[in-house]
Amino acid sequence: MNDIRPAGVTSRFEIRIEEKTHVSADGTALVAIRDFVLDVKPGSMTVLMGPSGCGKTTLLRVVAGLDDRFAGTVGIPSEARIGLMFQEPRLLPWRTVRQNIELVVAPGFSAEDLERLAHSVGIADMLPRYPQELSLGLARRVALARAFATKPDLLLLDEPFVSLDERTADRLRRLLLEVWQARPTTAILVTHNAREAILLADQLVLLAPRPTHVVAVETITVPQAQRDPKTIDAIHADFLCRYPANFSAN
Amino acid sequence: MTVIDARNDSVQGTRTLSGPLVSALSVAGFLLLWFIAAELAQSRLLPGPGAVLNYIYQETVHGDLVTELGITLWRVAASFVVAMFLGSVIGLAMGQMPGLNRVLDPWLIVLLNLPALVIIILAYVWFGLNEAAAIGAVALNKIPNAVVTLREGARALDPGLDEMARAYRLSPLSKLRNVTLPQLQPYFAAASRSGLSLIWKIVLVVELLGRPNGVGFELHLNFQLFNVTAILGYTLAFVAVMLAIEYLLVQPIERHSTRWRNKPV
Repeated sequence: MNDIRPAGVTSRFEIRIEEKTHVSADGTALVAIRDFVLDVKPGSMTVLMGPSGCGKTTLLRVVAGLDDRFAGTVGIPSEARIGLMFQEPRLLPWRTVRQNIELVVAPGFSAEDLERLAHSVGIADMLPRYPQELSLGLARRVALARAFATKPDLLLLDEPFVSLDERTADRLRRLLLEVWQARPTTAILVTHNAREAILLADQLVLLAPRPTHVVAVETITVPQAQRDPKTIDAIHADFLCRYPANFSAN
Repeated sequence: MTVIDARNDSVQGTRTLSGPLVSALSVAGFLLLWFIAAELAQSRLLPGPGAVLNYIYQETVHGDLVTELGITLWRVAASFVVAMFLGSVIGLAMGQMPGLNRVLDPWLIVLLNLPALVIIILAYVWFGLNEAAAIGAVALNKIPNAVVTLREGARALDPGLDEMARAYRLSPLSKLRNVTLPQLQPYFAAASRSGLSLIWKIVLVVELLGRPNGVGFELHLNFQLFNVTAILGYTLAFVAVMLAIEYLLVQPIERHSTRWRNKPV
């Protein structure tokens, strides 16, 4: 799956958002993000964890280049390929699963590559189907495959496992790790789920409520593959002592 | 991991079979009613289906019926294409640009409610009794209709899919083809359907008022001769063409473009 990318694209990404203001429908301005600074290391999984409604989605939209009304700089080259997994699958209902993926594939991504990717996320049989025939869990797998099919320089995941039952969510988290480890990619995932954050993160960024800024950055050194429930519990207990405000809510 | 089964082939088969069958029975019922009414009336002013069908046959073989129908059909097609194109472009623009919408909205309301006859007369007075004026007048009657429908379509576009297209850097053409147009498909279908029926009606008036041929002209001629058989003959031939277009063109296209839906429309 390796390919040659222009130099610099996969180097570290620097995100500096001085201020991002939301103007609501009735005209009141609300500061969503203030003095947010983060360095994302290449090939790492950075997890942003914060309470619901703290502006995580806003942050991700800014990083993805979907919202440029903010003060600051997002050091992501415009030629960088982005894979984005939204909270909802956001597949095109009038295109088959295969067509949905083909629409965004990276140049040189062959039909065999697509089959292999579909197989690895467990949707090989679903390729000729339309998204409305799929369950939410399956549609999420398709969205995951689509995000990887772009061979992204930066993979953004916005609470990708929200509103799934815990077993399905857990299976998908392990699946994400498998696919991600097979295709090393710089990734940023946002979540409000502490155990999910601890399972996935190389670098765990704790966020404060509105206006969002970074409270602390923790590096988890245990390889993801070795994080069984016991290890996660231990790390969680440790964090709970040191950041009660961030972990007690969960 | 539940997957809803694709529709059963045999169920689909019965559906496509029984649809035309029911329609044919319904048409046969109408012919029967007509026949009985004509038998009871025994009047020159209400010829039976036999006489009218005979007229159609005679006019098709020895007369101008096919040519006249062809001319009318051409006018329908031309004004439909012009009206759908302009109406869609203006409607989409108005749906996405609130400023433009405010500017054009009063025009739209006037055009929507202006009687077709006014537009037709003015078109003939100002541009002469020619083909372009005729087609333009018909199109102008239909355009506001398409604008209103497509404007709603543009307003209903899913911002989530738009974000997806932007995040994945789809080219403008690819976004139009894969994201925007499929969302507008139901609105195109609605505008085409209501537009086609409107155009069928107005084209005949335009022909009656200022063209030397076409079904409308023939109807006018036979009205002056009080030839009800000819009037019904032309009407029936016209209806047959209309139904053929509906069942052989419009509905198959709709079925094809909505095949991704779970339930048949």
